[in-house]
Amino acid sequence: MTLTKSPVGTSTPPSSRSGGSSSHRKRRPSRRQLIFLAPALVLFLVFQAYPIARSLLLSFQTRVDGKLVWAGLHQYERLFSDPNFGLALGNTLLILVVQVPLMLSIALILAVALRSTYVKLKTGFRLIYFLPAVTALLAYAIVFRTLLNGDSSVANQLLASIGVGPIDWLGDPFWARVSLVAAITWRWTGYNMVIFLAGLSSIDPSVREAAAMDGASAIQAFRSITLPLLRPVILFTVTTSTIGALQLFDESYILTGGGPAGSTLTIVLYLYRTAFKSLDFGYASAMAYVLVLIVMVIAVIQMRILRTKDDE
Amino acid sequence: MTNAASSIRDVKHGRRTRVSRKASSLALHIVLIIGGLVSLFPLYWMVVAGTRPSSDIYSAPPALTPGSALLANLSRLFDGTTFASNMAVSVAVAVLYTVFAGLVSAMAGFALAKYTFRGRQALLTVIIITMTIPFQVTLVPLFELMTSLGWVNSLQAVVLPFSFNAFGIFFMRQSFLAFPSELIEAARIDGAGDFRIFYRIALPAIRPALAVLGLLLFMFQWNSFLWPLLVLTEPSMYTAPVFLATLVGLGQTDYGVLLLGTAIATLPTMILFLVFQRHFVSGILAGAIK
Repeated sequence: MTLTKSPVGTSTPPSSRSGGSSSHRKRRPSRRQLIFLAPALVLFLVFQAYPIARSLLLSFQTRVDGKLVWAGLHQYERLFSDPNFGLALGNTLLILVVQVPLMLSIALILAVALRSTYVKLKTGFRLIYFLPAVTALLAYAIVFRTLLNGDSSVANQLLASIGVGPIDWLGDPFWARVSLVAAITWRWTGYNMVIFLAGLSSIDPSVREAAAMDGASAIQAFRSITLPLLRPVILFTVTTSTIGALQLFDESYILTGGGPAGSTLTIVLYLYRTAFKSLDFGYASAMAYVLVLIVMVIAVIQMRILRTKDDE
Repeated sequence: MTNAASSIRDVKHGRRTRVSRKASSLALHIVLIIGGLVSLFPLYWMVVAGTRPSSDIYSAPPALTPGSALLANLSRLFDGTTFASNMAVSVAVAVLYTVFAGLVSAMAGFALAKYTFRGRQALLTVIIITMTIPFQVTLVPLFELMTSLGWVNSLQAVVLPFSFNAFGIFFMRQSFLAFPSELIEAARIDGAGDFRIFYRIALPAIRPALAVLGLLLFMFQWNSFLWPLLVLTEPSMYTAPVFLATLVGLGQTDYGVLLLGTAIATLPTMILFLVFQRHFVSGILAGAIK
């Protein structure tokens, strides 16, 4: 599994340590080395470490008469009783639970199909399926919005030709969510397919040949050989897609503006409005830290699963 | 007798599998082609809509072939709006970001791979943790910082805050680890300084990885929307995505112009992809490696 075991990982090849060890003992950071690290360190401290810390402080503060004062857990308590935050959290989780499995299943099926010996023009198909992934994020949201918006939209006219519709894609709470899921799936399926293709190509073909000789059907071989061997890759795509879905903003901002009736309001869209429309910085910071917490938990779960797999 | 019977059965069986193979191959191709059409249609339609007058976008039957309004749309887009300057801003921030963040990442990655010093492991841990923290948590303080520095509507406000790219540093470190330290020692004995070694020997040796990093950084900045939306408030300083987003919000949208602008804004990444396909794929897989 060359894909998940990075070639260099955490261990340093001996050459970098032992190279010229007679003349160079383990050094203190010299001025030269600091110069190489300095730009990254300065940028990190000013634009990452400071904002992350400041945001944490802000989440425990509130503005009274234009001045920031300590508010304890007030902002976090507000989150629990805020129906809009509940809505945003629920929407994000709903989109995530539907969209991620849907997209990854399609991506996996496409990847397996494109490795099948029956299929011709593999490179052509791969290119076509990957093209959406290089479309600018905002561009595809705009295209989907114009394709779906209104009774006489192209999507509705195409549906009418087979006697369906019209559907109020962006104006109905249910269909607005469907539109959002469809758009995101269109954009990212090919991307994940490429990852699966790489994972599949790293599976030793002799394993599958042996299974075929033992009389396993294609579906049996897929379920009991391909899927388990692909597990680390699948886990990786699940994690990145989940974290991506949790940070959804552009698509719902352009496609539906979070509407109708908040049915496509996402955590980050609500955070954006709270911070930059209502100028409620403390509350927005508390929201951001809830997001950090969720993402961290997912990252830890991923690491746990990978570790138990290694122990087996 | 039994042998002959079984061989007849084999022949029949073979014919049946050949037929079913053909059938499943055909079915597979049909599914793949439908999928391909779904994949291509929005892009095709984006280009078509850019060549048609606004009224055609919702016409019945739908306008699915290129029209003749391309020049009219182009002139309204470039003469009637700030789009030209928005594209220039987009290109400027994407190029500046790619070069600057790339250099910062390469330098730090080099130090982390090739120098041993106290605190190196701690620094790596910090970088890995930073990769998992969602950037939205920094938005409010960063915005305050930009305001107090007076950087709103400046290129550096877009480029600098995300120039510390944890993934970029990590990726560069991994690339430099594979570079033999003996070469560095040899160059040092020949009297080359650290910068010369870095610039003349180490960087050229990892050129493929640099290309991948460059693509990732360029794509990141080109697609960036939320941050530019916050720090760019002057219409002529908008990036192309921010400009296009303002068109969407208008009551009377000129769809021909909007979709032509959208298609043009998609061109740079499309061209990069078609030219550097192989690097794109390794870039995605580099993400998988982390």
